Amino acid sequence: MKFAILVNEGPYTHQASDSAFHFTQAALEQGHQVIRVFFYHDGVNNGTRLTTPPQDDRHVTNRWSELAEKHDLDLVVCVAAAQRRGVVDEDEQKRNSKDANNIADGFRISGLGQLIEAGIQADRLVTFGD
Amino acid sequence: MSEELQSGIVKKFLYINRRAPHGTNYAQEGLEVALIGAAFDQDVAMAYLDDGVFQLKSGQDTKAIGTKNFSATYRALGDYDVKLVYVERESLERRGLSEDDLMPLVYEDEDDDWEEKPLIHVVSAGEMQKIISESDVLLNF
Repeated sequence: MKFAILVNEGPYTHQASDSAFHFTQAALEQGHQVIRVFFYHDGVNNGTRLTTPPQDDRHVTNRWSELAEKHDLDLVVCVAAAQRRGVVDEDEQKRNSKDANNIADGFRISGLGQLIEAGIQADRLVTFGD
Repeated sequence: MSEELQSGIVKKFLYINRRAPHGTNYAQEGLEVALIGAAFDQDVAMAYLDDGVFQLKSGQDTKAIGTKNFSATYRALGDYDVKLVYVERESLERRGLSEDDLMPLVYEDEDDDWEEKPLIHVVSAGEMQKIISESDVLLNF
């Protein structure tokens, strides 16, 4: 089965990103395809590499980055939602004249069209939110 | 446009809006998805239920809370080829609202000499259930 995943909440406050991660990992391990994980609303906050949780807790962002590297997973952060919340890659940094960027490994910033496209192409779009 | 999009797949997208327009920004960002999604030549409908019915309330004024009043954007839905906006009757009634309290949203019917037609269809919870189950892609905001 071809899945697309939508993550609508940020890390730690809500369990949505954890659940999405576990679902995605399980789907991939069972041989399913995950064509894209799209981060929207506060979900874009999953994509900042500056997060530093206590060492005895899971690292939500790094966990996504590692899964992306292992499975060549497409992690897409919505550009409009990211701009509102200060999640920035190199292109966005230049475009909006910011003094830094913070996008984590394996994530990329793109438009909402990527979500719609994923909905069209996937057999199931699974939303994790509140 | 990517190769995949030229495949001609047309799915029934239903945007389900359950939250009030303010208090959280799910409503505002949900509407943005629907408008962007309209460019993809899919079959698009909107559904408003629970507190989501407040999103369509006419006469919204956000001055006192200092947030953006994006309610005028709903009027653009018709221009974006959205022809169906479903509002759940029970949700309206529980909140003391009727269709008369909602913004008069319209679209121009290209198959009928561009006549302006109402976008909003008030439906029962049972009908809403059917609309949801008959859709291919559900986006909940």
